[in-house]
Amino acid sequence: MPSLKDLRLRIVSVKSTRKITSAMKMVAASKLRRAQSAAEAARPFAERMERMLGTLAGSLAGQAGAPAMLAGTGKSDVHLIVMVTADRGLCGGFNSSIVRDVRRFTAELIREGKTVKIMPVGRKGREQIKRDFGSNLIEGFEGLGRKGITFPEADMVASKITSMFENGEFDVCTVVYNRFQSAIAQVVTRQQLIPFAVTAGEDKSGELKATYEFEPNEEEILATLVPRNLAIQIFRSTLESQASEQGARMTAMDNATRNAGDMINGLTIKYNRSRQAQITKELIEIISGAEAL
Amino acid sequence: MAEKIKFELVSPAKLLVSAAVDMVVVPGSEGDFGAMAQHAPMITTVRPGVIDIHDGGKIGNRIFVAGGFAEVNEERVTVLAEEAIPVADITADMASARLQEAREAIADAKTDAEKAVAAQRLLIATALEAATH
Repeated sequence: MPSLKDLRLRIVSVKSTRKITSAMKMVAASKLRRAQSAAEAARPFAERMERMLGTLAGSLAGQAGAPAMLAGTGKSDVHLIVMVTADRGLCGGFNSSIVRDVRRFTAELIREGKTVKIMPVGRKGREQIKRDFGSNLIEGFEGLGRKGITFPEADMVASKITSMFENGEFDVCTVVYNRFQSAIAQVVTRQQLIPFAVTAGEDKSGELKATYEFEPNEEEILATLVPRNLAIQIFRSTLESQASEQGARMTAMDNATRNAGDMINGLTIKYNRSRQAQITKELIEIISGAEAL
Repeated sequence: MAEKIKFELVSPAKLLVSAAVDMVVVPGSEGDFGAMAQHAPMITTVRPGVIDIHDGGKIGNRIFVAGGFAEVNEERVTVLAEEAIPVADITADMASARLQEAREAIADAKTDAEKAVAAQRLLIATALEAATH
């Protein structure tokens, strides 16, 4: 039976925890709003980029000389997995769900006899995957986008991937990230970046591509457009991931705040009961003492 | 003016301009071109420079872009810019600071790749500087 003082102290400590979690929830909520609008603002660019790439790829279709980044190396021996997680924890299952998926994906690929390299973007993912696939880890990035990710930062990641690809360090590149659905739902998404799967090129029929003129020419535009597109895709996935992170943190902190509230209620009842019991006990002692006289 | 052309300028961070205008002059890598309604479809790369938006017989808006891509067809012009700043917001200090940085980057560059990046930065900074005049 804890003493009254112990209970009082517990209540105070849980109350201050609740204060912290509810403050974190507020912070996450306001950051979420910003991250969400950033993710939405980036969408038009990615869409138009895809449309342009579709047109280009359509007009190049059937010709040799498409860049390897678009068409692939023709092999799939070495896989690069770009794992986008957060730098910080306390956001529920956000990081672990990514790590779980990467772990499953890696195991699958290794079983098929492929070599896997994992590039972690975000500190938490690196820490969690180190135990199982430490030898597959390559150098990654940390501390991106403290104040919301910017395009140059995403470009840095993309140019590293590009240079690795050009050095023949991998054949297929997949990014795993949390796609933002709503504040309470994040979807773990695997997206293949290299070779890039162009879907928009199919439905644009012949009349469009036949009339397009290209300056300087298709190959040259494509050669600059494809790495750009990679950067955009990375940018988009990190933005989505950041919005998801804040959403996940908000939900986790909301739950924590609620749990703390429940705990305070329970403890308060316990505290009042034992206080009452003590008073009753003292009264009985006084009364029976008086009666004895 | 008869028909207008829909002009869209997007940077990775956001949609900057989306408007129907008379004509846009885009600094293409093979020379500036003006795009009006019914322009022949084309796709081109864009060099660092200033996009002039002509509307109602005068230049309505001038925006500096640091390179990118442009897609033109009969009814719209889409410019995908890596970086875009309205010319009105550029100050001479900003331009010269960037020019200075770019020159230092060239001096520091060791590998060919670094040199290429630095040269590109210098190109952008020079165009930015020119845009202030």
